[in-house]
Amino acid sequence: MTPTIAVTGLSRRYRGHTALDNISLTVQPGTVTGLLGRNGAGKTTLLRILTGLEFPTAGEVKVFGATPAENDAVLRRMVFVREEQAYPDFRVGHAIRVASWFYPNWSAELAGQLLADFELPLNRRIKRLSRGMRSAVGIVIGLAARAELTLFDEPYAGLDAVARQLFYDRLLADYVEHPRTIVLSTHLIDEVADLLEHVVMLDHGRVALDAPAEEIRGTAMTVSGPASAVDEFVAGGRVWHEQRLASRASVVMPGPFDAAAQARARALHLSLEPLSLQQLLVHASGGAEQEKVCA
Amino acid sequence: MPGLDEGTPLFVQIAGQLADDIVDGQLAEGTRVPSTNELAAFYRINPATAAKGINMLVDEGVLEKRRGIGMFVAAGAREQLLAARRKLFAEQYVGPLVAEASRLGIDSDTLVSLVKESSVSNGGKTR
Repeated sequence: MTPTIAVTGLSRRYRGHTALDNISLTVQPGTVTGLLGRNGAGKTTLLRILTGLEFPTAGEVKVFGATPAENDAVLRRMVFVREEQAYPDFRVGHAIRVASWFYPNWSAELAGQLLADFELPLNRRIKRLSRGMRSAVGIVIGLAARAELTLFDEPYAGLDAVARQLFYDRLLADYVEHPRTIVLSTHLIDEVADLLEHVVMLDHGRVALDAPAEEIRGTAMTVSGPASAVDEFVAGGRVWHEQRLASRASVVMPGPFDAAAQARARALHLSLEPLSLQQLLVHASGGAEQEKVCA
Repeated sequence: MPGLDEGTPLFVQIAGQLADDIVDGQLAEGTRVPSTNELAAFYRINPATAAKGINMLVDEGVLEKRRGIGMFVAAGAREQLLAARRKLFAEQYVGPLVAEASRLGIDSDTLVSLVKESSVSNGGKTR
């Protein structure tokens, strides 16, 4: 199957700054992919290139097997919801109507439901909306478009936790009914971790991690207990991070932790606690930085 | 999220919770189990993850697919799960219990009487 997104050797350089440094990745059709990374890691630049808003300095980008830039046939099959999306001086209802003309799979029914869910006033001018409500307009358009490729770039500025949960729930519910390819760029990793099938993490313009979400979970553990027992357990293995307090130690170790390793930990009275995706990425990006320092 | 923890892979947890319901009799043999999509919405997880959990139980013969209708609890599933869990019981529960008891200096007679007491207060049978 043709990947929905195929990026090969992509670089984007601005004067004196490299936003994307020779990255390659693919996104398979029908998956929910998390595009994760710190601010300035290159997430937005990548999404802008995928949607033809920006051009690569080097490398190749294919969406649905074709180059997206200035390619209307490709661009109509995707929707891009940007952080702090700017709108013309429209009322909410007008913006929704204009969007409905543009997207071939638009669902007026879903749009109506979402407008009610987020309590958006149709007659209010968008520039008079609060930041959170403006974000909600973007979310309504992004979901109701039901585009084959849906790209969300930190779509929830100003949305509170309840509204964000509403977004995740509606996204999942509609994705299940109408499967499509979704890329969700975010730094609220723990909130979205369970929704993701695949994870791509960017760090300083490079791909730090590209793996199925299920593989990433439990790949590293915090091992803690009496320092002597921790030392015995570690015994020359790789350690990402270490903390000691008096006679206790706590280390973060990459896996795999098979049944034998778990039994050994139990025998030593050690507690094993898996790292959350968020903690894991903190260590992964720290590791990438160290590698760069060494290089 | 309802009742899931970070520890084990999500799909294993989904399979485990369905298995718990079968063992407890909440999901009787021959009844339909929730669909992948229903599980995804309930646990707020990716449907591919939910499908992986279901498939795990299908591979073990605990669930069976009836084409076009859905997934059902297979005949003999409860007995099969019980047998598998009894096998693991000593390793997963008795081992750690004995280890902690010896750490605290509780001798085996005391441990046995504690187990009996607890069993009685849980409505278990005594001999």
